[in-house]
Amino acid sequence: MATAFKELHWSNDIPIKAYYLPESLPEALELLKRFPGKARVIAGGTDIIPELRRRDIEAEVLVDISRLPGLNTITQVGEELRLGALVTHAQVAASPLIREKAGLLADGAASVGSPQIRNVATVAGNLISARPAADTSIPLLALQASVTLASKAGERVIPLTDFFLSVGKTVLDGQREILTGIRFIGLQPNQGGSYLRLSKRKALTLPMLVAAAVVTVDPGQKAFRETTLALGPVAPTPYRARPAEAILRGAALTREVIREAAAAAVQECSPRDSLLRGSCDYRQEMIQVLVRRSIQKALGQAGFSLE
Amino acid sequence: MSTLDLTFQLNGQAVSLKLSPDTLLVDLLRDVLGLKGTKIGCREGECGACTVLLDGQPVNSCILPALKVQGRSIVTIEGLTRPDGSLDPIQQAFIDAGAVQCGFCTPGMILNAKALLDRNPKPSGEEVRHSLSGVLCRCTGYQKIVKAVQTAAGQIK
Repeated sequence: MATAFKELHWSNDIPIKAYYLPESLPEALELLKRFPGKARVIAGGTDIIPELRRRDIEAEVLVDISRLPGLNTITQVGEELRLGALVTHAQVAASPLIREKAGLLADGAASVGSPQIRNVATVAGNLISARPAADTSIPLLALQASVTLASKAGERVIPLTDFFLSVGKTVLDGQREILTGIRFIGLQPNQGGSYLRLSKRKALTLPMLVAAAVVTVDPGQKAFRETTLALGPVAPTPYRARPAEAILRGAALTREVIREAAAAAVQECSPRDSLLRGSCDYRQEMIQVLVRRSIQKALGQAGFSLE
Repeated sequence: MSTLDLTFQLNGQAVSLKLSPDTLLVDLLRDVLGLKGTKIGCREGECGACTVLLDGQPVNSCILPALKVQGRSIVTIEGLTRPDGSLDPIQQAFIDAGAVQCGFCTPGMILNAKALLDRNPKPSGEEVRHSLSGVLCRCTGYQKIVKAVQTAAGQIK
């Protein structure tokens, strides 16, 4: 690199001493075992490479899983949709199947970073990075998705509600486990979904707030049956607004009850004052706006309007 | 540190070389292969100056480990010029529209536009802006850049 740039922070090299491209999952898991505490799994790498450069994470060995077979497809098995760990944001955003059965996830995937990032960054990586407002974590939480974690001991399936621990931390044991897939049930005819994002620009910007909702309507009663409502960043992890969900359960489809739910949603939220994302006061107001709009939009998508 | 073998297509030509495992694609292109058309802006995937086409799709080469392009095809801004030395219509349109000021973002703009026009020869204005949304230009208001892409698409005379 030219000497003129040596002193800038980005002149740091990445401290990687070995790079492996295993051809199978057992081979990849074996590599993790061979370099305990030193190896990191990399797929798209759009988070990991800048983190390595900033020394936010430490690793000497990268285990690139991009050649593992069968992990780069979106498939439907019965009503279940399955995303392999190598599926990118661009793939999800463009998938007719996801657009039809989980439009909120397609909308979230289309909002990440930039076209160049979306062509490389994987949805699985977005989950593992565990940012509280990750654009695919929030809709996947609303879709009640699960992730499959593979290790030498076998597989475990973890609901996303139990996956996130804190900012940047999940239950995935990166020293011996690899996230291989994401699965969820696609939206049914009496269901609708929505994803809304408040941000300063349309591209290359982190969201100030993200809300995603999935409503299940009881068509006979014209009432809410179940609603899942996910929000970020309002807590250290992507957040399910369960008090709001409880208010909607069984309620008639009215503006009144949606306002009540929005007020309840904000009560457990603790957004921080942030120069980047706005003040706590502002965001608490806007959470309510986003919650109302996301439920209304999800209802509209299910084919119902409000009384 | 061991060196690893890498073979890939670069601007239509097969390239084989040895590199260290910490090499990022942008450094391979600029410092090893001497292709300085690919620019380094932020080095963290934010500015898009380092955009290249990987199997026809725009990606940020500053955060892409070079070993990821094994067996794949890379096109840089140098690869757009035709064998007879004439410019790609998008490059010519940027000149004609005055869409280049300092020029640092231009390779990224043109390669993103190239990927767009290859898959969608008649994009709307919104689609053009969307395709350029991952490249930051600090000189202009983007108007002439969008106009250049539309000119290249034959939508503006």
